[in-house]
Parts: sequence; structure tokens; C-alpha cells
Amino acid sequence: MKKFNLPKLLIFVIAFYAAIQILYSTEIMNGYILHIINQSLIYVILAVSLNLINGITGQFSLGHMGFAGVGAYVSGTISTLVFKINPSSPNGMLIFILAIVAGGLAAAVVGFLIGFPSLRLKGDYLAIVTLGFGEIIRTVFNNIDYVGGPRGLLGIPKFSNFTTITIAALITIVVIRNLVESSHGRAMLAVRENELAAELVGVNTTRYKVLAFVIGAFFAGIAGGLFAHLLQMAHPTQFGFIKSVEVLIMIYAGGVGSITGSTIAAFALTFLSEGLRIGIRAIADATGLPIGGEWRMVVYSLLLIFIMLFKTEGLMGTKESKLIRLKEVE
Amino acid sequence: MPALLSIKGMTHFFGGLKAVSNFSYDIPEGIIYGLIGPNGSGKTTIFNLITGIYSPTEGKVFFKDKDITGAKPYKIVQSGIARTFQNLRIFSSLTALDNIKIAKHFGSKSSLATSVLRLPSFMNEEIAIKKESLELLDLMHLSHRAKENAKNLPYGELRRLEIARALATKPQLLLLDEPAAGMNPKEVEELMGLITHIRNEFKVTVFLIEHHMQVVMGICEYIKVIDFGETIAEGIPEAVAKEPRVLEAYLGKRGA
Repeated sequence: MKKFNLPKLLIFVIAFYAAIQILYSTEIMNGYILHIINQSLIYVILAVSLNLINGITGQFSLGHMGFAGVGAYVSGTISTLVFKINPSSPNGMLIFILAIVAGGLAAAVVGFLIGFPSLRLKGDYLAIVTLGFGEIIRTVFNNIDYVGGPRGLLGIPKFSNFTTITIAALITIVVIRNLVESSHGRAMLAVRENELAAELVGVNTTRYKVLAFVIGAFFAGIAGGLFAHLLQMAHPTQFGFIKSVEVLIMIYAGGVGSITGSTIAAFALTFLSEGLRIGIRAIADATGLPIGGEWRMVVYSLLLIFIMLFKTEGLMGTKESKLIRLKEVE
Repeated sequence: MPALLSIKGMTHFFGGLKAVSNFSYDIPEGIIYGLIGPNGSGKTTIFNLITGIYSPTEGKVFFKDKDITGAKPYKIVQSGIARTFQNLRIFSSLTALDNIKIAKHFGSKSSLATSVLRLPSFMNEEIAIKKESLELLDLMHLSHRAKENAKNLPYGELRRLEIARALATKPQLLLLDEPAAGMNPKEVEELMGLITHIRNEFKVTVFLIEHHMQVVMGICEYIKVIDFGETIAEGIPEAVAKEPRVLEAYLGKRGA
């Protein structure tokens, strides 16, 4: 008889979830740290989904936050402007979930459109096109009064919490991991490795490049929606080029092509960035030196330079941890 | 007997350069065909035209009586033509096994949803894909390399891996672009045995381009010689080897 095994990843996530909940409810951990954890988990979704496009399929997208922006604005519009829900309204949670999924689907449609330049362009040239796309999205939101224009979309109900975000992050990791370990995922890897050879072993490279953009954009849209319902606002500047680069850094620091790496880097870099803010302020207070919080970006950047100098392939390279890796079929 | 592959009056220009000139070739099933000719005589271009990398300027390609001229490369592969490359095109940072598994892609019936949910039908298919892929590695004497990253394999093994990968697409016609290039004499010997074995075992028609005379004369059952895109001789190996125009193209003009 086959023994039923709970997947290791699920056990790990449940343990992680329980630990954080206990720490929080016993007030050992404050709301600020929980907020940073929530942000990290959203970055996990962004990094893992970008990894599918850049790492697995080998395309170069610089506009990932543009997809998140689409998700944030579409879901925010549905929950706030159309249904005007709040956490105490009946069916509020249901509408929230529908709004998030709608945001993801809208982003996927945009991903489908942006996938087409990838059929003709490679490397740097594709990067420029996707960068331009991200800026277009930002400018569009900046100019639609219905969603608040440059003020941003405000008053979004706070539906995202540790539970919803953890579930979303877990689903993202599992879906993308399972995808990679299937014949569809292998087709995407083949596109990255050698497009002509992929085509000549029967892979429809066009289809898989567009598919990577569609799926990557879908999850980025989900992440954007969760962000909007966590911060209770969506603002054009949240989805600009710099933010896309932050996610890009995460996948390169973690190891291009490694889901584990993207996950670890999303956590590590979100915490590092916040930790430096506190650390530098503490140093300034203790020594009286005239250094402000902006210096954290200098330290942050230096650390990244060192990671890339001494570990060019990123923390994980293309390896996966045992938690992520699936058992091989026999 | 109707031809498996039939090339009719194929001409191809690169800008003003005529790379292939009015090339016709009928390839019936089950035989090992050789295409030889000096460097730059248009051999690889012919392969590229058959597999859809280029679209011929003039002429048609029929495969199993279907016009495949100018079809997308992946469609041509799916219809039953596989090939290897003169300059290897291996998925180098993936394992040898994954290289083969990728080529099993289009035979896979699992949809995105069944794959992501890892439903039983998907799992069974994965098991079958792995089994068949390992068998192919075994056939090409590469079992010991299954888990190895392809970039760590020596040249001769990469050539065999590429043949295994082409076979994984279950072709009826196998195009080999200089399969013996860069191999040592022992490897060449082994390769010749393998190609004959593949033809017998898989009932696949082989069409190969080769410089290595030992290989061509040793295993091909019919040979066509081209120079500057034009056919200068064809026939069984023994007859072709005696053709004055062939000797001329290979060794230069006598006397003068």
C-alpha cells in the first residue's frame, strides 16, 4: 500500500505560518515585522514569476512591475470603486478573491500582448521594449482620473493579510515548480538554451515564449493586487522602472532559473533593505555622524556588487532546495 | 515505390549568391543516403531548406507526398523529419537525459492544467518519457551520462547525444549533418555501426552529409555528389568514386 506523504514544502510552509502566527499573537513580533514579512512574500510571487520569464525561458523582461500595476489597479477598481467592499461587508472576502484573480487575468492579457515583441527581439532589445511597456503602464494610470490619476487609487480595503498572502505565494511556487517539471517547462528551458535547436526538436518556440509572458504576468498581477489590498492604495510610482529592477535584482542575486533562489532573495533583500534603514539610523544616533536613511541604498548596492563579484551565478545558481525539488519519477 | 522525401527543382539564393541550383532528389524509404561535396557546395543549405530554416527561392519539398515547402521548422519535425547539426546545438546546461526528454515534447498529450496538477495521466506519461529517453541514451552508449550536464560531455558523445535527441522525435527521416566531424577513428568506427543499427532498428531512412569518405563509402547505399549547388554525380558508392568530375571536385583538375 502506498504511504501518504505530505509534501515537504507544505509541511515547511505550515510550520512557517504557525511560527509567525504564534510569534505575532504572543507579541514577541510586532506588526511592523509582520508587515515586512507580508511584503517579502509578495516579492516572492513577483520574483518567482519573473524567473519563469527571465530565468526559465531566457527572455529579458524589465517591465515586470507593469504587470503588477495592471493587477493592482484592476483589482483595486473592482473591490473599491465597483463593489465598495470593506472587511466587514458580507461576501467581502469572496469579492476580494475575485478581484485579485481578475487583476491577474487582466495582467495576463497584457502579458500576451507584450509577449509578441519577444518573438522578434532578444536580450537587450527585448529589455528596452519591456522597459518602455512598464513606463507606458505607469503613465496610463497617472492619467486616468477615475482611478485617482497622480494621487493614486486610495481607500482600498485591507483584505491582504498574512494568511491570504502566504497561500498565494505557496500556490505561485507550486504552480511554477510543477510547470517547470513538465514537458511544457522543458520546452521553455529549451527555448532558453537554444532556440533553433528547440524548434528543430518540435517545440513551438513562439507559443512557449508568449506562454511564459502570460503566466509570469498573471502571477505578477496577483502580486500587484495583494500589494494594493495590503498598502490600501495603488500609486503609479509603485510600479515604475526602479521597482521592476528591484525584482530583477532578486532573481539574479538568488540565481537565475532557481525558484529557491528567487524565494530566498526576495526575503533576504526585502529584510536587508529594511534592516539597513534601522541599522543606519542607529549608527547615526550612536555616533552623531550626519548620515541619513538614504545611505542604506549605498550599502545595499555595495552588497549586491559583492554578491555578483563573488557568486556570479547567484546564491543558488540553477539549483533547487530539497523542499522545492520534486521527487523524480521512476 | 513513392519517394519518402522528394525535392523538386530547389534553388536558393543568398542575396546574389546562388547557394543551391535546381537541386532535385527523390529519397525512397529505408535506405541510407549520402550527400557529399566540397566545402561551400551547398550541402548544409539543402538541409536547412528541407527543415524549414530557410524557405527556398524556387522549387518544392514534398514529404510523404505532402508539400512542406516553407513550413515552420517545428511543424516539419512533427511531421517526421529530424536532424542533427554540423556545429552542435545541444541544450548545454541541461542534463543529457533532459536533452532527450525535451525532444519528446510534442508527443506529450498532457495539457498545462494536468501538468501543473500532476494528475495520474501526466505522471504516467512522465514515467514513459523517462523510460524511452533512457532507452535512447542506452542505444547511443550514453547511459552513464544521463545525469551529467551536457556541457561536460566530450565532443564525440555530444554528437551521439544529438543523434539520440533527433531519434526521440520518432522521425521517419533522419538528417545527419556531418555526424563524424571531430571524431577520432575509433569513434568513427562505432558511429558507422550505430547509424546502420538505427536504420535497421527504427526503420528510419537516413540522409547524411559527410566529408569523411570512410563513413560515406562505408555505410551509404546511394550517394549524390554536388558542387556549387549543382549535382555532378550520383549512384552507388563504387560507381561514384570512379567519376572523373568527383575526383576533380575533390582533388582538383588533372594536368592543365
